[in-house]
Parts: sequence; C-alpha cells; structure tokens
Amino acid sequence: MINLEDLTIRKAHEAMINGEYTAMDLTQAYLDNFKKKDGEIHAYLEVFVDALEQAKKADERFAKNENITLLTGIPVAVKDNILIEGRITSSASKMLENYHATYDATVIKKLKEAGAVLLGRTNMDEFAMGGSTENSAYGVTNNPHDLERVAGGSSGGSVAAVSADMALVALGSDTGGSIRQPASFCGVVGLKPTYGAVSRYGLMAMASSFDIIGPIAKTIDDAQIVFDCISGKDDMDSTSIQKPSVQVENTKIKIGLLKEAMTTEGLDKEVVKNFTESVEKLKELGFEIKEVSLPSLAYALATYYTLVPAEVSSNMARFDGVRYGLHVDGKNMVDDYFKTKATGFGPEVKRRIILGTYVLSSGYYDAYYNKANIVRNMIREDYRKAFEQVDVIITPTTPGPAFKVGEKIDDPLQLYLEDIFTVPANLAGIPAISVPSGYKEVADKKLPLGLQFFASHGREDILFTIAKSFESK
Amino acid sequence: MEIKDIEKLAELARIELTEEEKAKYLKDIGAILVYVDQIKGVVAGTSEEKKADDLRNVMRADEIKNESGENTANIVGEFPLKDGNYLKVKKIL
Repeated sequence: MINLEDLTIRKAHEAMINGEYTAMDLTQAYLDNFKKKDGEIHAYLEVFVDALEQAKKADERFAKNENITLLTGIPVAVKDNILIEGRITSSASKMLENYHATYDATVIKKLKEAGAVLLGRTNMDEFAMGGSTENSAYGVTNNPHDLERVAGGSSGGSVAAVSADMALVALGSDTGGSIRQPASFCGVVGLKPTYGAVSRYGLMAMASSFDIIGPIAKTIDDAQIVFDCISGKDDMDSTSIQKPSVQVENTKIKIGLLKEAMTTEGLDKEVVKNFTESVEKLKELGFEIKEVSLPSLAYALATYYTLVPAEVSSNMARFDGVRYGLHVDGKNMVDDYFKTKATGFGPEVKRRIILGTYVLSSGYYDAYYNKANIVRNMIREDYRKAFEQVDVIITPTTPGPAFKVGEKIDDPLQLYLEDIFTVPANLAGIPAISVPSGYKEVADKKLPLGLQFFASHGREDILFTIAKSFESK
Repeated sequence: MEIKDIEKLAELARIELTEEEKAKYLKDIGAILVYVDQIKGVVAGTSEEKKADDLRNVMRADEIKNESGENTANIVGEFPLKDGNYLKVKKIL
C-alpha cells in the first residue's frame, strides 16, 4: 500500500527511481481511491481509460533511465477547460458535451513531455463562471471535509481531487479566485501565477485579460515543481512572458498587512481569529510586518464584475453551433444561434452574457466598461506603490469557510461577494498563493481556512519562499 | 431596467430566453448593477492614463509552421454538419 496521504512529488519520484513501486502502481493507487471516494465527492467528469497505459510509458522511461523528470509518472488531474487532443473537453457545459479537443494546450504538451500521467478531467463551474461548481451542467462537487458543503470553484473538481487523494497534483484556472478559493475551502495549496507566466494556449477563454492556469497541490514544493514545468514564454500566446530568474532571500522578505481587509463586511469571526494567529506565526518566524493601504481596493469587486462579463460576452459569442459543439436547428441560420445558445448554456453563463452585453452597449460603454478600466489601472497603481514598501501582502483567502450546497445559489450577487479577497490579484495581474492556515470547527466538522500571499509581477519566488516558511511551522 | 431591455440585450447576444428567464435576469442584473454602480462615483486621479512601462507590442513573422492538412481531420471531425471536408450551413439569402 502506498501512503497517498503524506505523498509528495519528490517522495513519489524517489520511490519510483528506487523501484519501491512503479508508476503503474502509483496510478492504480489513485484509481482505487477514485473508485472508493468519488461517488460521494464527484470531483471527476471522466477518468481516462488509458491512465495505466500512460503510467506504463513512464515506467519505460524509468527502466531505460531516459527523459526522467520530477513529474515522470506523477498522476495529474486536469480541469475540464484545458484542451487535451482527442479527448472530450467540455468546460462542464452541455454546449461541449461531445466536443473533442483538436490540439493539446501548451501546459498539456509540457506535462506530456515531462512524462506526467493525465488521470482525468475534473468538474468545474460551466466555462469557469462561478465559485462553487454548482454551475456545472453535470452536478456539484462536494467538499471532502464536509460533503454537505461545496468544494468551491470554479476549479472545485481539481481541488477536491487533490484534497481527497484522487490525484497527487492538479491543474486549475483562475480568473477571479477559481484556484485559490476552492484551495482554501478544501485545505490545499493553490497558486494563481502572474498574468502571462503560464501560456493560455488551449485554455478555453472566459475573460482573456484575467485568465491564468495554475497548479493545485498539497505542498508548496509540489505547486512549485508543477509551476516550473508549465510556465514560460510560448509562441502560441503573445501575452505569455518568460519568468525572471530571481530568488529572494528568505530573511529579507517584508510583509504588508492590508489595513482594509479586516474591516471587510461579512467577514467570519473565526477567519479574523485565524488570520491574527497567522500574523503572529509570521512574526515569530522573524518577518517584519507593517500595515499597507490600497485605497482603490474598495472598488475591486465592482470593477471585476463589470469587466469580466464584458469579456465573457465576447468570448462566448463563438459558441454558435456552426463550427463545433452543440447545434440546435432553428427556422433559419440566425435562429440556429438563438436555439443553440438557449439550449447549450446554463443560467450563470447566460446571466453574464446579458450583463456583459449591457455594459458594452452604446450609451453605457463609457459609464461602465471604460470607467472600470480606469479603476483597474488605479488598483494596479495602488499595488505598485505598496510593493515599493513591502515584498508580500497578506489577506485571508476567503471571508468564510466553505458554505453549504444550495446556500447561495439563488443570489448571484451574494456569491460574487465571496470573491472579495481573490479578484484584486487578477485585476492587477500579480501572482497570489493560498495556503492552508487552520480550521473553523462547525459541529463535528473541521472546515479548512486559507491564508493568501500576494507579490508583485513575476515574483512567484517570493511567494514560494515565504509560504514554505509558513508551511513548515 | 425593464423586461423589454432584457429582451433587447438577449436579441443582441443571440440568445433565446424564456419568460421565466427574462424575469429572473431582470431581477439579478438589476441587483448587480446597483452594486457595480459604485464605480461611477470614483474620481480618477493621474493614474487614468495607461502606464506604458509593461505594455509593448508583440510581433512575430507571418509564417506557416504546420504541415498543410495536419489539423484538418481533427477540425472537420467536430463540424456539426458537413459535406465531405466542407462545413455545411443553411442558405443565407
């Protein structure tokens, strides 16, 4: 029996190098766990039938001692909006229920080259719109720590898979917190890299100036290993960048405590308590902590929920039933569009398309879309100034622990307010990581909480360094 | 906002909505707009202009990198309606 609970990439790698077990044994162990647990969690939309075949190929690499990387033979779960050639990639939508990806996303190409085993595709909010996976066309993903609660979202399936040991690591995407919020809800590590640090080629677009792919893992080191593999400039994505090779000194990291965070409306008392404890812990670790202020942050959510629907409404226009995906026949060609979209899209996707169409329509464009872009620049500028004083800024990841399934589904605005601490990173394009920081006890359940670190553009090295310190204590 | 505004937006977005959906979105979007309206009151300072530091054009040579026909079968395979390698659509005029 392989102890999956305490397994890390390095431990698995050593074991496979030393022949303690094979990549096939490891994949089989995760498949067994999937069979045992996923009935009640529902993290996966599909587990790939050839997972063991892929593991066998990894074992051949080990046998020949050729092309071995840290990720060779490591089982990875992939969010269902990342293309894997020839496989169904649906974004958890009825629109793409039978769509086969026509090429590999750059991140998938890199994982395949590294010899990783792609275990399956995971559940999510439809086209990544939501924070609970309740917007999936295929049912909700339950939180492994309390099955009556949501795993969070939109990358809920990927996060639940890692949290419940149904994959060692996973890929998610983050437009406004879709990696970090579920990571916080399920007690794992989630990294939203700098905008452009990871190629978006082959990631289904939701809001193109916000979207980024990132790793979900149980340890910072695992997240870093996956990030190192998937990041870098890519000819297929002109917004991608080469990450600077810098390494901060641990002793020199200065922490900024966000003044505005603690007065946020709707903040759970346990979250405040846990955050205060985390601050104490960081002080004990010897880090210098000072207060910082980001005045325009108060407008972050309003800005986000103006710009994102605008980009959504443009990006979703491609699903017209003509070239791929669902086609529903109407009276004429234009009527085909109306019928296809009506049938293929779920309620949240339609809501955002309508809202986005509104903020982009003539007469409202300046008041909403243009104004939001101006405020977005103000928020960026606030961060730039703050990072002149400190190296990282900390906040809780979410205002509270995972909520109950169905609790917020009827009030979209209420659900949007959950994103208060995560959207600023996407507005500014800066990297952020959520790490487990403790629990809130509710009845007999322990609900995980998360601590979030932000750094300036390209400085994932600072996030990894300080998060490792925090994790070790 | 009124139902007819939702209808107009749905028309622009080419989505057919049921009466029930129209009523629901009228309510939801109304509430969301009340919330996002707060950005209208922001007084923009000097940061109004886009900062040029990080922004630059990304150019590349206009060259074909894949073999002719390399991706054709995959793409044609996803056409909802086809005639051989042609994408089939309804009569437009």
